[in-house]
Amino acid sequence: MNSSRENILNNLLEGSIESKQRKIVERDSDNPISNKKKIESLKNMLESVRAEVHLLSFNSLNEWINSELSKRNLNRVLIGSKATQKELDLKPSKSLDVSYYVNNIEDWKNELFNDIDVGITTTIGAIARTGSLVLWPNSEEPRLISLVPDVHIAIVKVDEIYETFSEIIQKQKWAENMPTNALLISGPSKTADIEQVLAYGVHGPKQLIVLIVS
Amino acid sequence: MNQVNSFTNRINKALGKKQLQNNFRSAMNYLMDKRLAKFPDYERLQISRHKSNTIRTNSVSNIKDLLILLEKNLVRNGIKVHWAENGNQANEIIQSILTKADAKKVVKGKSMVSEEIELNEYLIENGFEILETDLGEFLIQLSDDKPSHIVMPAIHKNKFEIARTFSDNFPDLKYTEDVDELTQQARLVLREKFSHADAGISGVNFAVAETGTLCLVENEGNGRMCTTVPDLHIAITGIEKVVEKLENIPPLFDILPKSATGQECTTYFNMISGPRKKDEKDGPSEVHLVLLDNGRSRVSRDNSINDILSCIRCGSCINHCPVYVKLGGHAYGTVYPGPVGIVFESLTQGLDKTGALTSACTMCGACEQVCPVKIPLPTLINRLRNESIEGVDSDSILGKGSLKMPIESGIWKVWRFIYSNPLVYLFFIRAMTRMRLLVPTKFGKWSKYRNTPKPSKRSIEEIARSEGFINE
Repeated sequence: MNSSRENILNNLLEGSIESKQRKIVERDSDNPISNKKKIESLKNMLESVRAEVHLLSFNSLNEWINSELSKRNLNRVLIGSKATQKELDLKPSKSLDVSYYVNNIEDWKNELFNDIDVGITTTIGAIARTGSLVLWPNSEEPRLISLVPDVHIAIVKVDEIYETFSEIIQKQKWAENMPTNALLISGPSKTADIEQVLAYGVHGPKQLIVLIVS
Repeated sequence: MNQVNSFTNRINKALGKKQLQNNFRSAMNYLMDKRLAKFPDYERLQISRHKSNTIRTNSVSNIKDLLILLEKNLVRNGIKVHWAENGNQANEIIQSILTKADAKKVVKGKSMVSEEIELNEYLIENGFEILETDLGEFLIQLSDDKPSHIVMPAIHKNKFEIARTFSDNFPDLKYTEDVDELTQQARLVLREKFSHADAGISGVNFAVAETGTLCLVENEGNGRMCTTVPDLHIAITGIEKVVEKLENIPPLFDILPKSATGQECTTYFNMISGPRKKDEKDGPSEVHLVLLDNGRSRVSRDNSINDILSCIRCGSCINHCPVYVKLGGHAYGTVYPGPVGIVFESLTQGLDKTGALTSACTMCGACEQVCPVKIPLPTLINRLRNESIEGVDSDSILGKGSLKMPIESGIWKVWRFIYSNPLVYLFFIRAMTRMRLLVPTKFGKWSKYRNTPKPSKRSIEEIARSEGFINE
């Protein structure tokens, strides 16, 4: 299809990036907000779209997960890898049935879709103003943990809350090194396609639980 | 039937459906209120619009270089790039990718470009199973309908119709009119499809040249399913969706959901920069991007009209259009309805195909005021109105003069003759004022919805003179 490419390119407006570029006017940035405000904003924004948010100390994370999951009868748990589990210092209780995403999706698609209640992931940060979690899935924490199970638990470190999307892109230098998939997640899956009535849990998780740990 | 008559027919049909008009009215009111609530500070909104306009205008004015850069970086990232001059080529490309991968079952995320090229029809005809997975599009597909809005495709349907569609298609499921239950039923049906699909097809909201990244905006998660679960992902987009830098994305992603549905931001923002890497355990092992031209490159060359390529498809102009709200989306007879549709369709297809749509505008200007990238829609519509009557084909606009009517142009010729010859003018004015009772009160179709002009007893010159004005 080389000829189509040439045809289209030849037919396009000629321009050069240098000569035509207009300067982007930066708006007066709002005063940076304090860490406390960031947590507050993140929590409020997430809760406004029916996500559940809890502030925990890192040490109480394990206990919270063990007790809440049993209490809610979310027993079949998916964690990316043993390394992630270690990083989070999780010691799943015996009542939980923990799986790790060690095989390629093709090898266990059915189980992933049918036999998992909850997926637990870390994040590489969060965005306070829009209430977004930022995930860079990788081999340790594949993409579908945050999508397929009915419940997604995401863990955000309190010192990795950024104010805006722009800020995280700049500070983490995304443009130099984009992963195969980067995600912003701002609440559980939702739709308003039937009579503009908001309904949660269409295709992705029905429930999003965010644990902000310090 | 010519395009004017068939448009008139569609309008009459739409105007007869009162229930539908009420549905649209309340839906649009809701969307307008929600949008407004997200922009409480007028000045900040204007700054955001200015910024988004600059980003998109820069992209369009550098489109050639940016597309070359985008292609280079996508290829570097392992994404295969295909160029399609028109819908046929795009359909063939997609078919051949699917065939090569031996993919039969295809799940699809929402994509207006795929509607533009009638991809579903093409693939079904060629023996593929293709399923829309966005809830609205799924409902449209089940009832063999067409989207009536670019953001909310099933906005013309009420839950009773939807309940019936569901029970007709899935007799095993319990009949329900409850929106939550309907949504859960769709989840059940579609999850099964996601897990068994061979390929996923999606649109693209923004394509970042600098990093070779495809960005998808969505709420439901079906877009992520389509682009993550099957082993093959094919994205299709119009060539105008390219932007230069990654840092251009946040301002656009800030203004798009607010303008579209009055949301602070959508549930998912999915950025894809490559197929599954060797050590990764999910994601498609093959990612393709089909870049569709379909008239866009022709439009890009003309600086006086290429603003339309800045569009980020939020649908805000549609939501605020007083004509759209009365007609609904189907009356336009095109893939893109409303103000953006009038301009985009007329420019890409030609005025000889859709120029009649330019009459579906009151020049109220609401669309331009709410457009997040400041496209001068009324100016463009007015321009196209003129072009559809006068002028000859040019490089960038096709079908100029195609709506010229002999009677109309005859009347204007006579008018010009009268008004450029003083004696004839004098005679004409005398005749009109003295014999005004003989002037017909009905002018066929023209006077059906308009007041017929009635000549006064005295001409304006006579009145002026009697009031003491002196003719210089």
